[in-house]
Amino acid sequence: MIKTLQNRFEQGYRTSRYPKEPIHLPKRYRGRPEINADAPAEVVKACADACPQEAINAENRRIDMGRCVFCGTCERVSEGRFVTFTQDFEIATAQKEDLVTDGTLPELEAHAKNHFKQLFGRSLQLRQVSAAGCNACEADLNVLATPFFDLARFGINFVASPRHADAIVVTGPISKNMKAALMQTYEAVPAPKAVIAVGSCTLSGGPFRGSPEIAEGIDQLLPVDLFIPGCPPHPLTNLHAFLSFFK
Amino acid sequence: MQTDFLEIGNGKAVDRHRIPHLAFEDFRTQAMALVDSGGKVVQYFAYEEGDGIKLLAVLRTDRLLTAGCDAPEAYPAMSLTCEPFHLFERELAEQFAIRPEGHPWLKMVRYHPNYHGRKDVFGNDYKADIPGNYGYYAVEGEEIHEVAVGPVHAGVIEPGHFRFNCIGERVLHLEIQLGYQHRGIEQLLLNVSHRRLPIIAEGIAGDTAVGHGLCYAQAIEALTDKAPDDGARIIRTIGLELERLQNHVGDLGALSGDVAFLPPANYCGRMRGDFLNMSLWLCGNRFGKGLVRPGGVRFPMTDVDRETLAGRLQELKPQVCHTIELLFATPSVRARFEGCGAVSNDDAHKLGLVGPAGRACGIAYDVRREFPTEHYAQLNIPKNAKPTGDVYARARMRADEILQSMDIVESLLENPVLTQCVETAPGEPAPSAMVVTLNEAWRGEVSHCVLTDDKGQIVRYKVKDPSFHNWNGLAMSLRDTGISDFPLNNKSYNLSYCGFDL
Repeated sequence: MIKTLQNRFEQGYRTSRYPKEPIHLPKRYRGRPEINADAPAEVVKACADACPQEAINAENRRIDMGRCVFCGTCERVSEGRFVTFTQDFEIATAQKEDLVTDGTLPELEAHAKNHFKQLFGRSLQLRQVSAAGCNACEADLNVLATPFFDLARFGINFVASPRHADAIVVTGPISKNMKAALMQTYEAVPAPKAVIAVGSCTLSGGPFRGSPEIAEGIDQLLPVDLFIPGCPPHPLTNLHAFLSFFK
Repeated sequence: MQTDFLEIGNGKAVDRHRIPHLAFEDFRTQAMALVDSGGKVVQYFAYEEGDGIKLLAVLRTDRLLTAGCDAPEAYPAMSLTCEPFHLFERELAEQFAIRPEGHPWLKMVRYHPNYHGRKDVFGNDYKADIPGNYGYYAVEGEEIHEVAVGPVHAGVIEPGHFRFNCIGERVLHLEIQLGYQHRGIEQLLLNVSHRRLPIIAEGIAGDTAVGHGLCYAQAIEALTDKAPDDGARIIRTIGLELERLQNHVGDLGALSGDVAFLPPANYCGRMRGDFLNMSLWLCGNRFGKGLVRPGGVRFPMTDVDRETLAGRLQELKPQVCHTIELLFATPSVRARFEGCGAVSNDDAHKLGLVGPAGRACGIAYDVRREFPTEHYAQLNIPKNAKPTGDVYARARMRADEILQSMDIVESLLENPVLTQCVETAPGEPAPSAMVVTLNEAWRGEVSHCVLTDDKGQIVRYKVKDPSFHNWNGLAMSLRDTGISDFPLNNKSYNLSYCGFDL
C-alpha cells in the first residue's frame, strides 16, 4: 500500500491543458508544410524528383499531404528554399482536395458538419478498424487514452463493438484480406455515422502505393468525413481533428 | 559439424558464386543435420532466377551459414522431424507452390496467389476478397466447443483470427490465423524506385521501424560498400534501444492493466509516451521513422540534444524503476503472472522462439551479443535468460531489459557524438551479391536478406520479423490454460501482425 501511494505522488498530475493552452512540439517534428511559391523552378523540380511518395506537383507547387509521409526529404533537398515543415500539428481536413496544399489549410472548425456537432458533441464513441496498418497509427490513437491526452475527459471513447459506435476510425492501406471485415464493421455501425481516415496509408496507400494487395485510398470504398494525414499522425493531430470536427 | 554450408558474416556481402549450390538431397540432409544439432533457421526462402526456382537457407549455430539448391516441385517435408522449418515450408508453398509432402499442417500463411503463377498448393481461389477458404484445426468430442475471435478485435489493435478449441474454460488448442494485414511487401520492394525502399522498410512494422530500417540500411551499405561512421552507429544504437524501451514499458503497463492493477498501467502508458517523445526529439517522428538511412543517420546528436535526452532519461529512470518494483511486489499481480502460459525450454527450441519470448524460456540468444552490429560490439550486453517460460518470466525479462537499455542509452549519451548526416541516395548495389542482416529488435531477431543479379538489380528481398518465429509460442502458451488468460499471454508476447503478414 505504501509503495502504491509513494508511486502515485512521484508520478504527479500529467494531463495536458491542450486545447485551452497551446503545446509546442520539438523543432525536428514535421507538421504542416510551408511552401515558398517563388522558389526557383529547378529547386522545385529537384524536390519533386527526390520525393519518395511522389507527393509534390512541381507545376502548381503543391504538396499532397495524403501521400506525404512527412519524411522531410524535400525540405533537406531544397535546404528550406521550397518546403519547410512547421511545428503546426493541426493539419486534418474535411475535404480530400484540401489535402493538396500550397501551405495553407482551411479552418477545420469552419468545415465541420454541424449536425455531427449536435449529434456527437457531448458523446462520441469510436470503433477503430486497423486494415493493414503498421501499428504506428494504431499506437498513436491508443495513447489518446493515456493520462497525458485523456481523451475520455472530452466525452470521446474507443469502444469494442461497432454497434455502440458513432464513427469508425480506419488505419492502414486496406489490404484485400481486410476489405470484407472493414465493410462489415462499417455496416454494423448504426446511422448516422462518420468515417475518419487516419494516416497516409488510409488516405492514399501511403508507402505501399502500387501494391496489388491494397486499396489506394479509403474514399474509393467508403464516404470519408475526416482526413487526418501523417505517418503516423501525431496524437495531437488526431485530438485536434476530433475536437474541431465533432465538439 | 562439417557441412558444405559457407560461413558468412552479419551484414557482410558475399559474391553469390561463392555460395555452395548443392544437390537438393544434400542441401536437405545437411540443413536438417545442422538444425537437429541445435542450429536455428534465420532465413529459408525461394527465389526466381532464369527459368527456374532456387532455394536459399541461412542457418545459425554460433556462426551464420548459408547454402542453396535448385527447388524441386515437391519434396518430403523437413518439418516432419525438424520442427523449426514448419512455417518456412508453408511460406515456400504459398509463395512459390513448392509442396512439402507430408507436412503436418500444410495450410496457407497469408492468403495470396503464389508469385509464379503456378497451380495453387492449397486449392484456393483468390478472386474473392475474403480470406476464409480453409479449415481450422478442430478437436472432436461432445463437450468441446470452439471460440472464434477476430479479425477485428475489441481494442485498438491490428487484425488476426484466433480459433480456440476448449473444454469448459480450458483451452486444448489455439490456432492463430493471420494474413489479414498482407500488403505484398516483398514483391513491392522489387518493383519500386530505390528512394521508396527505406520508407517501405520502416512501414513493415511501425513499432519496429528502427529495427527493420536498420536491417534495410545495413543490407544496402554492404551491397554499396558504404559504411556509416562511428557517430552514426552510436545514434542508431540509441534509436534501437529507445524503441525497445518504448515497447517494453508500454507492454508492462498493458500486462498490469490485464490483471486489473491500474496504477502501473497508467504510469507506463504515460512513460512510454515520454520515451516516444525522445525519438521525436531525435528525428521528428515518435517511432523513429526517418532516422536511419543507408550510410548513417539523417539527424545529428548535438550537445543540446544529448543534454536534453540525458536530462529526460534522468528524470524518467527512477519513475520507471519504482513502477517496476511496484508491479512485481504486488501479490495480486504475481499470482496472475506466475505459472501462467508456460512454454518448456524444449518446446521453445523446437518452435525456434527468439527475443525476450525465447529468453524467458531459457534460450539466451541475443543478436546484440552473438552477431553484433552498430555499436553493440563495444557494449557489454548481459546474458539474459529466465527458466520458467511463463508470463512472469516474459514480464520479468522485459523489465530487466528496460533497466539494461536505460543504462545503455545513458552511457551512450555521456560523450559527444559526431556524425556526418546522410541524405543522398545510395549508389548502385554490387552485382551477383547476397547479404543477410540481423538485428535484435525489441521482439527479437529481425532479419533481411537481399540478392542481386549480375546487373546489380535486386532480384529477391526477403524479410523476416521475429513474430514469424514467435506466434506459435503464444499458441503453445495457451495449451491447457484458461481462456480468460489469453489477453494476458497475448500481451506478454505482443507480437506483430503486420510484421508477420508483410
